[in-house]
Amino acid sequence: MSGLSLNDITKEFGNFTAVDQVTLNVPHGTFVCLLGPSGCGKTTLLRMVAGLEEPSAGTIVLDGQDITSAPTHKRNFGMVFQSLALFPHLTVGDNIAYSLRIRGASRDEQNTRVDELLKLIHLPGFADRPVAKLSGGQRQRVAIARALALSPRLFLLDEPMSALDAKLRESMQVELRQLQQQLGITTIVVTHDQREAMTMADLVVVMGEGRIRQAAAPVEIYRRPADAFVADFIGSTNLLEVSADSAGRATVLGTAVAGLELPAQVAHASISIRPEDIHLTTPGNGAITGTVTFIRDLGGTVETFVEASGKTIVAVATPRERPNVTVGAQVGIVLPPESCVVLKK
Amino acid sequence: MRREAPKAITDYAPLLFPALMLIVFFVVPFSTMIAVSFFKRQQGGFYTPDFVLDNYARFLSTFFGTVLGFSLMLAVLVAVCCVAIAFPFTYLLTKRSRKVQTLWLVGLLSVLSLSEVIIGFAWSTLFSRTAGITNLLVALGLMAEPQALLPSFGAVLTGMVYQALPYTILVLYPALVRLDPTLLEAARTLGASPVKAFFNVVTPALRNTIVATLIMVFVFALGSYLLPQILGRPRHWTLSVLITDQAIYQSNMPFAAAMAVFLVLISLALVGLTLLVGRREAAA
Repeated sequence: MSGLSLNDITKEFGNFTAVDQVTLNVPHGTFVCLLGPSGCGKTTLLRMVAGLEEPSAGTIVLDGQDITSAPTHKRNFGMVFQSLALFPHLTVGDNIAYSLRIRGASRDEQNTRVDELLKLIHLPGFADRPVAKLSGGQRQRVAIARALALSPRLFLLDEPMSALDAKLRESMQVELRQLQQQLGITTIVVTHDQREAMTMADLVVVMGEGRIRQAAAPVEIYRRPADAFVADFIGSTNLLEVSADSAGRATVLGTAVAGLELPAQVAHASISIRPEDIHLTTPGNGAITGTVTFIRDLGGTVETFVEASGKTIVAVATPRERPNVTVGAQVGIVLPPESCVVLKK
Repeated sequence: MRREAPKAITDYAPLLFPALMLIVFFVVPFSTMIAVSFFKRQQGGFYTPDFVLDNYARFLSTFFGTVLGFSLMLAVLVAVCCVAIAFPFTYLLTKRSRKVQTLWLVGLLSVLSLSEVIIGFAWSTLFSRTAGITNLLVALGLMAEPQALLPSFGAVLTGMVYQALPYTILVLYPALVRLDPTLLEAARTLGASPVKAFFNVVTPALRNTIVATLIMVFVFALGSYLLPQILGRPRHWTLSVLITDQAIYQSNMPFAAAMAVFLVLISLALVGLTLLVGRREAAA
């Protein structure tokens, strides 16, 4: 098949399993984000794709060809490192042309390609500058251009934005996504920033403890998280216990939720509901009763913390639909059943 | 980090002690030596204060010119050999586990505790016909009969490289340990084999360290005067040997001082030239 396939990849360091039987198919042209907390094995997985680590078990197949044990320098993958790893002794142009030079490309060929890439990353005329004189964002772009110089078969990036400040990071995310779409290159980015993943990816792969927890489109990951780990890691959420009462109705915090149905044969489960999906009304009418404990008004959004049966539930609203409540007031919490996701145990 | 420029004279106080030490133990003796190099030698005695250029004039002969040339060549060769061996070695050492690194470094430090005399005699035994390494080669059937490998230029070079190698490794080690390993990985993802990446990424990235180490070993080797005598023939003697000979055995202090001053000036000139060339390359 066409594209990259990881089949049952496992990586052990001593008796620690960093990556545990990961299987993933990436069609050509896809932008994949490996997302997870630190130590979840995402970087190790990327390094195995690049050939910088060898899997303990499993195979890596690219376009039907097994590349599991191919050496890094024969793979022709572009990679951007967290430290960027720009060569300090070379100018911007020589950094970008490095891969062309060691393949014996002529000086003219190198210059043409460097100019082309500098235009692509919006830094025309920077070829002769020393790398040390660049700003953080410029270094980032140069590292990207260097990795793309040979039109690689795969474009790999390991936490590429972590050294940038928040504002710059946001704009680089958009820029990187636009660049990837312009070139149509298969790209894998490792990140722990879920905003980054949501901005850029076609396919978000959430990893935890060496395993893939869920691989799906960003919105699906957000709307339909597979388990509590994914729900909690992507955005903020309210995780609540739900159980079936004697009449078979789904009950949350002692109150039956109309319209919510548990799968057959399941008596207890967890549900995830996003803060923006929760409505606050007056108590009664089948709503869960709670007490407002804190209101965080961030200007753009208002977060209301409500305590019900010992559990704190967070509801988020825009200022326009701001609930008219004060701390200490009794409110009714409405959980729209279509927004409640019953999670796998 | 930004530091404020010193304003008051008291801000220079911390410099007082090192400056004093430098004056007492370096500036004063060295000035004395420069002065002595212009003094007049008294045959059979010591010297009398004077201002003559005889000592320098005597130096400008083919004999001393040849010795100076040989000394410089030997020091350069020792420096190049040491860095050529130590750089890849230290690089590979930094890739080993912490424990292996510590063991090697402790071993190297213990070699430093050996004096030049012990190193000289140890190598003279190893290179001898009766008890040397050629006996091993004979036992292995690689050689017909044992032979003496000294006195020879090779023996001098080996001894001096052996002596300077631990210093070289210890000077290179911190720079290589701090080298970002992703530089090499980046080169590999860009299509360079590990060996190629070592030569066109690791080596140039540490160019300044390498130049500094070369200069250090060069200066170190220039001062060696025992090993050439123990392991070499008189024609392998360095200027340092002749200086010792003049100062101690011929009691000709003024001439010894003149040679020492000359050696210092030539080494300074060479070091300066190296730095100048290095800077020009960096600017290019």
